[in-house]
Amino acid sequence: MEHIYLDHAATTPMDKRVIEAMVPIYEEVFGNPSSVHAYGRKARQLLDEARRTLAKSIHANEKEIIFTSGGTEADNLALIGTALANKHKGNHIITTNIEHHATLHTAEYLEKEGFKVTYLPVQDNGKIDIIDLKKALKHDTILVSVMYVNNETGIIQPIEEIGELLKDHQAYFHTDAVQAYGSIEIDVDKLGVDLLSVSAHKINGPKGIGFLYARESIKLNALQFGGEQERKRRPGTENVVGVIGFKTAVELMVKERESRNEKYEAFRQQFLQVLKEENITFDINGKIDSTIPSIINISFSGTNVEKLLANFDLSGVAASSGSACTAGSVEPSHVLSAIYGANNPCTTNSIRFSFGAANTTENVVEAAHRVAKIIKRLVK
Amino acid sequence: MRENKDIRVVVGMSGGVDSSVAALLLKEQGYDVVGIFMKNWDDTDEFGVCTATEDFDDVVRVCNQLDIPYYSVNFEKQYWDKVFTYFLDEYKAGRTPNPDVMCNKEIKFKAFLDYALDLGADYLATGHYAQVREEDGKIEMLRGVDSNKDQTYFLNQLTSDVLEKVMFPLGHLPKSKVRKIASEHGLATATKKDSTGICFIGERNFKEFLSEYLPAQPGEMQTLAGEVKGKHDGLMYYTIGQRQGLGIGGSGDPWFVVGKNLKDNILYVEQGFSNESLYSDELVATDLNWINPEVVSNEFTCTAKFRYRQEDSAVTVEKLENGNVRVIFAESQRAITPGQAVVFYDGEVCLGGGTIDKVIKKDHVLDYVG
Repeated sequence: MEHIYLDHAATTPMDKRVIEAMVPIYEEVFGNPSSVHAYGRKARQLLDEARRTLAKSIHANEKEIIFTSGGTEADNLALIGTALANKHKGNHIITTNIEHHATLHTAEYLEKEGFKVTYLPVQDNGKIDIIDLKKALKHDTILVSVMYVNNETGIIQPIEEIGELLKDHQAYFHTDAVQAYGSIEIDVDKLGVDLLSVSAHKINGPKGIGFLYARESIKLNALQFGGEQERKRRPGTENVVGVIGFKTAVELMVKERESRNEKYEAFRQQFLQVLKEENITFDINGKIDSTIPSIINISFSGTNVEKLLANFDLSGVAASSGSACTAGSVEPSHVLSAIYGANNPCTTNSIRFSFGAANTTENVVEAAHRVAKIIKRLVK
Repeated sequence: MRENKDIRVVVGMSGGVDSSVAALLLKEQGYDVVGIFMKNWDDTDEFGVCTATEDFDDVVRVCNQLDIPYYSVNFEKQYWDKVFTYFLDEYKAGRTPNPDVMCNKEIKFKAFLDYALDLGADYLATGHYAQVREEDGKIEMLRGVDSNKDQTYFLNQLTSDVLEKVMFPLGHLPKSKVRKIASEHGLATATKKDSTGICFIGERNFKEFLSEYLPAQPGEMQTLAGEVKGKHDGLMYYTIGQRQGLGIGGSGDPWFVVGKNLKDNILYVEQGFSNESLYSDELVATDLNWINPEVVSNEFTCTAKFRYRQEDSAVTVEKLENGNVRVIFAESQRAITPGQAVVFYDGEVCLGGGTIDKVIKKDHVLDYVG
C-alpha cells in the first residue's frame, strides 16, 4: 500500500536541494560563529549571508532577524519579550481565539503574570472584524497578535488592515506567519507589522530552526541568557547547519511560490472533485477564496475525527485535525469552535488535508478515493 | 484460507503488561495488529495530570517496540451513561455493584468492539485471562488456564455472537509466563505493577470517592434483634460479610455486616465469621446471559461462583418464567451479596451468569440482605 501524505501543514518533507546544501556544512563548517579564528569566521560568514536572504524574503533588514528554534519559540519571544519590555506603557494585550497554541498558551501565561488579555472572536467567515479590534484597543494596549493564516482552516486574516489601524497606536503588531510564509509574499512595511514569526520545517526546510522578525525600533526582552548571539536577544551557539538549510528552502520557496500555489490549488480542486463524484456529503470550513491553496478543512457529518483519522491512517492516508485526540481525550477544535460555536458537530468531525511537495495529481486523486470509500463505510 | 497478515486484530491496550503481551503474541503470529487505548474516565487532577496520559505513553512505547500502529478512543460519555450511572444506582439501592462486569458488557465488548469493526478489524483482542473455542459449531468461553487469574467471572455477560469476534491471547498462559515474555522482549511495561481496584477509583480511597457522588447518611448499627451497637457512616460504604471499619469494641468474636435496612437506614451487624445470619441456601438472579442458550435446560446442575476468585460451589439452577433463575446451593453459602454476579460453569466452560437479586434461606427471602 502506497502511503500518501496530506499533512503538509503539520510539517513538510525536506527538499533534496535543501539537504544537499546542508551536507557540506555538516562536513566542513563546524566552527563557532563567535570564535575569533578562521573556523569561526567561515561559519559567521554563512550565517550573515543567510540572515540577509531571510530578511530580504520579507523585505526587512538583516538586523531585524532573530534566529529561534522554530515558530513556537518565535511566538513566545514576541509575546513575552515585548510584554516584559513594555510594561511601563501598559499591560493590555489583544489576540484572537483562533491562534495557534504557541500564542494562546503564551497569552494565558501572561495573564497569570498580571497582564490583561482580550481574545477577539471571529466572524462566521473565520476572520476577525476590524471593528471588534478597534473597540478592544485601549490607551494602555501594548501588543496586538493576530495570526496571518490559520493553520487548521487556511483562512487568511486581514493583516494589512490591522497594520493600518495600528499605525497611530503605541501597540506593537505581531503576526504568526508560520503557515502564511510559504504561500503569501510578505512585506513587513506594507503590512505594518513589527514582529513576525516563521518556521523552516513548514516550507521544506529542516526542523529546529525558525526566526522572529523584530522591527529595529521595538523594545524586546530576552527570555534566555548567555552569550552575545542574536544581539543578546536569543543567546546560544547558532544552529548554522539549520540556518543554511532554512536559507536554501527560502530561496527555493521565493522562486517557486507562485507555481507551487497553482499546483496546490489544482490538487485541492482535484481532491474535492473526486469527493463530489463519489457523492460524499461534506462541508468546507472556510471559503475557498479566503484560504491558502495548500489547505482544505472538511467536515464530514455523521462521523468523528478519532475514527476518521485512524481509518485514514490504516488506509495509508496521512491527514490531521485541530481536535486534539491524544490519550483518548477529544478536545473539539478551538478554531472551529470559535467560528461555528462550541457545540457545532463540525468541531469534532472536521479533517484538515494539506497539500505540498509530497503530492502528485495521481496520489491526490488516489487519496480522495480512499477517503471517499471510508466515509461511505462509516456513514450509513 | 486467509493468511494471518490479512486478518486485522484490534487490541484494546491499557498500558499494562497483560494487553502489551497480548499485542506482542498476536504480532508474532503474523496478524495485522492495531493497538487502541481506550479512555473511559477523566481523572485529571488540579495540576492537569491524568493517569490516562501516562498509561497512553506506555501504550505508545510498547506499540513502537512492536512496530504496530496505535490510536486512542474516548468512551467517557458512554462509560458514564452505561457503567457509572448503574454503579451509583446500585449503591443507592443498598447493593454492591460490579462495574467491571458492566464495563465488559457495555463498553469493551460493545462500544469498543463496534469501534474496532469500524476500523476494519476482523477480531478484537484483550489481555483478559479467558479462552474462546469453537466446539461442535458453538462458540464457547473457557476459564483462563491460570486459575488464580481467570477473568471469566467478569466476562459472563458476553454472548457467543460477540465471542466469535474476540481473541484472548493470554488465556492459555499463567501470569508468571506473561511477565516473563514481557521481560524477555524488554517491553516497556514488563515491570509495571498491575492495576488494582475499580478502574475509575484507582488508588484512591473508596469511601472518599463515593462521597463525592452520593450523599452519605450516617445511621445506626444494630443487631438483627434491634440492639444498637454503634453508628455507621452511610449504608453504601458497607458490603455483606465485611469485618473492617465497624469499630465495635468489646469482648468475644469480631463483628460482621450481615445486612442493611435501606428504609430505616440501619446497618445490621452480628458477631462471628460463621454467624448463622450470614448463611443462605438459595438465591434469585436477574439479567441472565447464557453464552449458548440452547445448551441450558430448564433445570440443571453445575457449579457457580458468587464472587471473583472464589472456589466453585455445586448448585442447581432452575429457570423461572420471567427469565430469572433460582439457584439452589448444595451447601449453604456465606455472604451472598445482592448486586454481585453469579456465574455458572460446566467444568471449564463458562455458561453465563446473572446479577444476584434476592437471597433465600429456608424458603424465605432474607429481607435484611436487600
